[in-house]
Amino acid sequence: MMQHFLEVFRGAEAICIPSSSCVAMIRDHYPKMAAASGDASLKRAVKNLLPRLFEFTELLVDKLEVTDVGAFFPHTVALHPSCHSLRSLKLGDRPARLLGSVRGLTLVDLPEAEECCGFGGTFAVKNADVSAAMLSDKVRCLLNSGAEICAAVDNSCLMHIGGALSRQRAGMRVMHLAEILASRDSRGVV
Amino acid sequence: MSTYVGDAANAPKFQVAAKALVRDTQVRHNVRHATDVIRKKRAKVVGEMPDWEQLRESGHEIKQHTLRHLDFYLEQFERTCTAAGGMVHWARDADEANSIVVGLVKAQQAKEVIKVKTMTSDEIRLNVALEANGITPYETDLADLIVQLGEDKPSHIVVPALHRNRMEIRRIFLDKMNLTELGDKPEDLAAAARAYLREKFLRVPVAISGANFAIADTGSVCVVESEGNGRMCISLPKVLISLIGIEKVIPSFQDLEVYLQTLPRSATGERMNPYNSIWTGVTPEDGPQEFHVVLLDNGRTKVLGDREARETLDCIRCGACLNACPVYRQTGGHAYGSVYGGPIGAILTPQLQSMEHSQTLPYASSLCGACYEVCPVKINIPEILVHLRHKVVERGDAPLEERMAMKVAAYALQSPEHLDRARKLGRIGQVPFVSKGTISHLPFGLDAWTGIRDLPAIPKESFREWWVKREREVG
Repeated sequence: MMQHFLEVFRGAEAICIPSSSCVAMIRDHYPKMAAASGDASLKRAVKNLLPRLFEFTELLVDKLEVTDVGAFFPHTVALHPSCHSLRSLKLGDRPARLLGSVRGLTLVDLPEAEECCGFGGTFAVKNADVSAAMLSDKVRCLLNSGAEICAAVDNSCLMHIGGALSRQRAGMRVMHLAEILASRDSRGVV
Repeated sequence: MSTYVGDAANAPKFQVAAKALVRDTQVRHNVRHATDVIRKKRAKVVGEMPDWEQLRESGHEIKQHTLRHLDFYLEQFERTCTAAGGMVHWARDADEANSIVVGLVKAQQAKEVIKVKTMTSDEIRLNVALEANGITPYETDLADLIVQLGEDKPSHIVVPALHRNRMEIRRIFLDKMNLTELGDKPEDLAAAARAYLREKFLRVPVAISGANFAIADTGSVCVVESEGNGRMCISLPKVLISLIGIEKVIPSFQDLEVYLQTLPRSATGERMNPYNSIWTGVTPEDGPQEFHVVLLDNGRTKVLGDREARETLDCIRCGACLNACPVYRQTGGHAYGSVYGGPIGAILTPQLQSMEHSQTLPYASSLCGACYEVCPVKINIPEILVHLRHKVVERGDAPLEERMAMKVAAYALQSPEHLDRARKLGRIGQVPFVSKGTISHLPFGLDAWTGIRDLPAIPKESFREWWVKREREVG
């Protein structure tokens, strides 16, 4: 799969991935996997790929130097800083800066924001009980934040959090940051 | 070959133990409260250190250097400790260590021993061995005493009774110390423990300690603690036996400079431990007149042999990873079925047991990375968890459902055509389960997801399909 990825994106000027956990997989693990293979051309290909690889907010803020994309989104939003965006990619305030420039948007503080939501890939089903307990903490904090929408840069967390909000009829929904930045009028997503 | 690591060999799977614990509202409340308090204290005293990252790096480097030359430093420690009047014993495994300690106690004709916090003794089930030989062990660390009197198990490597609150501790003391009345204020409980323990400190002739560090260049042993009960144990009895895992050795006295800064701040959120005891061999007419060190391997050299996981042995048992862990926070330490719980336990226990047991522990993590972030010796726990999961799969021990799911995923993710085909099949397959774009019930193993959360249905149009259409429309 790594070889396939390297092949497909060989000629790309910039590779944008709207998921920090996918970026972390490539950035943290591809060099190790290539080194373990002992294949010099594979190592070269990975080395050549990494500078062209951007997480969605990295592409906007660092590469394109844009924080205001002209979006309009008149809603109250809480940002869930996903574990990989926070601790692997160290995105810092990039997502918040992008949200801060969206007209009409109110960004509220999320209590215990840096706690994992409990998704964790197969963890969500292998340890469903613990995952549910972690999720219940996250949902409680989200509801306490007073937000109408939970945003993040990882759809995996959002599928998990959104699944609980939907099941509990919590009156709150999830959106990827890109969806909010793509909003252009007062009726929500265009 | 005896690796007990407490009772981990007979412990239930992590997810089975966790299922019950996440429903125990009292444990959840106690663990949340305690970890919140320690986390805040730690963050404060770590935040005031401008060179914290360098200290972490140094702590890691010293341990990595020591492990690379472990044979040298252990033998140096044996020489220096012996020269200072200590006696060094080598134990390959739990049974050897237990029989050495039991033999030493029996040689004194002692029927009782006092113990200062030694998790290693729980690892090898020393208390069981002592009791089987008619010797009564008394735990003197306050939390260990609570665990022992409550006929309970430790749930945290620094704060073993963290899962208990004051009311519960009061009840245990009332029942087991034969008291008629007792308040529930910390001072009341401490006074009861003091009266109970002091009598033993003055009477019992043999003490057993663990160690935070064994110092190779001086032959000294170091124990840090908060209560002073450890100080009593290492100074009052006639005979002192220190049980030390071989990874606890550090090259020089000066290396303490790093660890005595990082350990207390990480463990209890204190700038310095209230009691830092460092002793060297035997001093005539002062303290124990007979001093033994039992150096324990019990699976550690096997961990050392695994290049990808050997930094597990860097651990200085501060417990910061437990306090930071969102999984530990929900279950407490008992779910890990081992004396070593939390993230460090999830990598240490299965390795000490050569991956024979506790194979569910590497999966007891969402890999959120909070443990790595706080570790004062920079053990990359998430990476080692993934490495150990890889080993479980290599052994062919992954559950059937998982292997099947991975096969399906591998097929679907092989090419865009495969993914497209899988998506089309999914759209047909999901029809009976979809209501208003949402799936609330799925059959078979898939209900592990839908049991607690909804799942969005696979949309009619994928991103790729939308993109192709859009390109065509825009031209």
